[in-house]
Amino acid sequence: MPENRTPTAARGRKAGRRHPLASIALIAIGLLFTGGAYAAFSTSTASAETDMASQQTIEEGKKLFAANCATCHGMGAEGSEDGPSLIGVGAASVDFQVGTGRMPLQMQGPQAEQKPVQFTDEQTAALAAWVASLAPGPAIPEGELLDGEGDTANGAELFRINCAMCHNVAGAGGALTEGKFAPSLSGVSAKHIYEAMVTGPQNMPVFNDMNIKPEDKRDVITYLKYLDNNPSPGGIDLGSIGPVSEGLFLWIFGLGSIVALTVWITAKSN
Amino acid sequence: MSTSTTTSAPVAVTDKKEIEKSGGFTAAAANYLDERTSISAAVKELGRKIFPDHWSFLLGEVALYSFVIILISGTFLTFFFQASMAEVHYDGSYVPLKGVEMSVAMASTLDISFDVRGGLLMRQVHHWAALLFVAAIGLHMLRIFFTGAFRKPRELNWVIGFILFILAMAEGFTGYSLPDDLLSGNGLRIIDGMVKGMPVVGTWISFLLFGGEFPGNDIVGRLYSLHILLLPAIIVALIALHLLFVVVHKHTQYAGPGRTNQNAVGYPILPVYAAKAGGFFFIVFGVVMLIASLFTINPIWNYGPYDPSPVSAGTQPDWYIGFADGALRLIPPGLEFVWLDRTWSFNILIPLIVIGIFIVTVLIYPFIEAWITGDKREHHILDRPRNAATRTAIGAAGVTFYAGLWAAASSDIIATHFHLTMEGVIHTLQAITILGPFAAYFIAKRVCLALQKKDREIVLHGFESGRIVRLPGGEYIEVHQPIDEYERWRLVSYADFKPLMIRPDARGRITALQRLRSGLSRWFFEDRIIPVDQKEIDQAHGDHH
Repeated sequence: MPENRTPTAARGRKAGRRHPLASIALIAIGLLFTGGAYAAFSTSTASAETDMASQQTIEEGKKLFAANCATCHGMGAEGSEDGPSLIGVGAASVDFQVGTGRMPLQMQGPQAEQKPVQFTDEQTAALAAWVASLAPGPAIPEGELLDGEGDTANGAELFRINCAMCHNVAGAGGALTEGKFAPSLSGVSAKHIYEAMVTGPQNMPVFNDMNIKPEDKRDVITYLKYLDNNPSPGGIDLGSIGPVSEGLFLWIFGLGSIVALTVWITAKSN
Repeated sequence: MSTSTTTSAPVAVTDKKEIEKSGGFTAAAANYLDERTSISAAVKELGRKIFPDHWSFLLGEVALYSFVIILISGTFLTFFFQASMAEVHYDGSYVPLKGVEMSVAMASTLDISFDVRGGLLMRQVHHWAALLFVAAIGLHMLRIFFTGAFRKPRELNWVIGFILFILAMAEGFTGYSLPDDLLSGNGLRIIDGMVKGMPVVGTWISFLLFGGEFPGNDIVGRLYSLHILLLPAIIVALIALHLLFVVVHKHTQYAGPGRTNQNAVGYPILPVYAAKAGGFFFIVFGVVMLIASLFTINPIWNYGPYDPSPVSAGTQPDWYIGFADGALRLIPPGLEFVWLDRTWSFNILIPLIVIGIFIVTVLIYPFIEAWITGDKREHHILDRPRNAATRTAIGAAGVTFYAGLWAAASSDIIATHFHLTMEGVIHTLQAITILGPFAAYFIAKRVCLALQKKDREIVLHGFESGRIVRLPGGEYIEVHQPIDEYERWRLVSYADFKPLMIRPDARGRITALQRLRSGLSRWFFEDRIIPVDQKEIDQAHGDHH
């Protein structure tokens, strides 16, 4: 808060209370408390609600689906010309697509892009519950699989072999054909990483449990979390996209500053 | 200072006293050295050597200093690097690679990065300085080209410099391949593919290079010998020759009052230039150090050990090899066929041939231009790029061609960062690489001629002053302010060229080669603006007064 740093606050309480910004600060603090309390309240209700099997949740999901998704995916999720069938995709798929904001689709394009999430956690869970009730499919992962406490070295090796060709060794993302791309993985939640591996959203292949075992998936998540939590040992990483950013940096800032210095050195003498 | 050795003993003693009185230890030491090496002649000659002052004359120095930084940091790295491809399990402090099988080369590079004090900084200094080295050479070459500094008598020095550029790229690539990480292995795989793409001999050469099937167990050791022994030795020798030529030829200078083809106006090496250059070395070192301490380069810990199966997205060579990678990306598919029981990979051969022609053309350009222009005079005054319109246009075309190839090496990064399709980027760059040089040629040439016209106008009629005057008769004129003589010197002092005439040879014949030469000469000099001479200036002034 700015008023804490102003000299008026230091001089005494009276001056602080009468500071022009005091009322603004008061309102801000009030809003912060109300918002915080609301957030705490709503998350507690969300966690209390995750009864995916209850008929009420499924019914709720069905309604939400009919209102928001059925235009493309069909009333019974059987698919249409505009969207694929969702029968058998499982709760994990819905949780990933809706939970990262990719669905509902903003517009047709090379691929569904991430955007602000459109549904609350409970609505997402209801949608997932309804789609999962249609046919068996991958469930939303939980527990130990997501704790990021696995074997980092094994995860890093698996990541290089299975993921790096699209997502880049440091998970910085990369290009695919026809405008599609593999997104950056930094800051993606463990749950969404796991769901992406199991369900293969967009152009991503499915890495099922025969292909990469659940413990190995946990290791991959562990590696990605390691990258998130440990900045590059060499300093600023320039986006981790490899020699292109290094070369650009060198030409623009390295050689640029040196040329500026040559101009300075020769200008002094004239 | 006395250098005589025939004086008798008592005189020598008084000499010595005088020296001690006048110069102290420095003078005594200098005298001691000089009596034994006769170095004063060299110091006198070199110390009085004049260097003209201009920022663009320091670019070669930047390259030299980067090379010194590379030598220093590289020596440090050799203390710890082990060029072996024997397999070990990594047991250093970087957690995500613990227990992973890798070559000793990779493990020792990781040790340098994480377990040797100052090792990572030195690796980054070495790599950043390498990028700067090649970039500074590139910019230095552009300066030489566009100012015509490669003309007689400096053609050979251009060739030496260009060979240095190629050697610097070779040094860079061998160094990039040494850590045996995923990125360097992918780079070597592309080289292997290019070698194998050569008809008939390709496979044999590849097996010879790698000591068997790629990747083998030998390549890192072999590249190491090249990287730290052979290539640096050649580079040092050629740099020495390059600098020797600079001293022999004396430095070029831009046109200006008092500057002629026979003199050099600037500062003597001692004391001014030596102090400046020495200080500038530390500035360059400081900039490299600053970058290396703040910015990651080549994070091999992310890439992991080389394994032929994975290839990371965004795998690129360092910037100076980018043009070759770009050529491979731009070549359209479907150019490979089987003929005479051999595979003919024209999708590899065409880029190799095109790049080869490009490199050779740049290498011998001074001779090509000298032949076309028929100019056998010595040139110590630099051209302003606009005054050599065709050369500047050729340079612009070459730069555009190179830039197209270069950009293509980052086609995937361009696609993701600007939300474009990969195919769109590739097709656009194909068009830019092929059509761009023509567009650049015409635009650059027209711009040069227009600038020449503007200069001519300014010399004859001065600057527009913006002051409107109404004459008694009611006529309005804008008063032009004449430029001062110093400025005018710069604008008018350039040579005029005319296209060569075709002349029959001794036997009275006009050969096809002569026709070609005169045709090229016409292309070179047909469009030109004749420099202003004194008569025109007088005349123009007469008009005004």
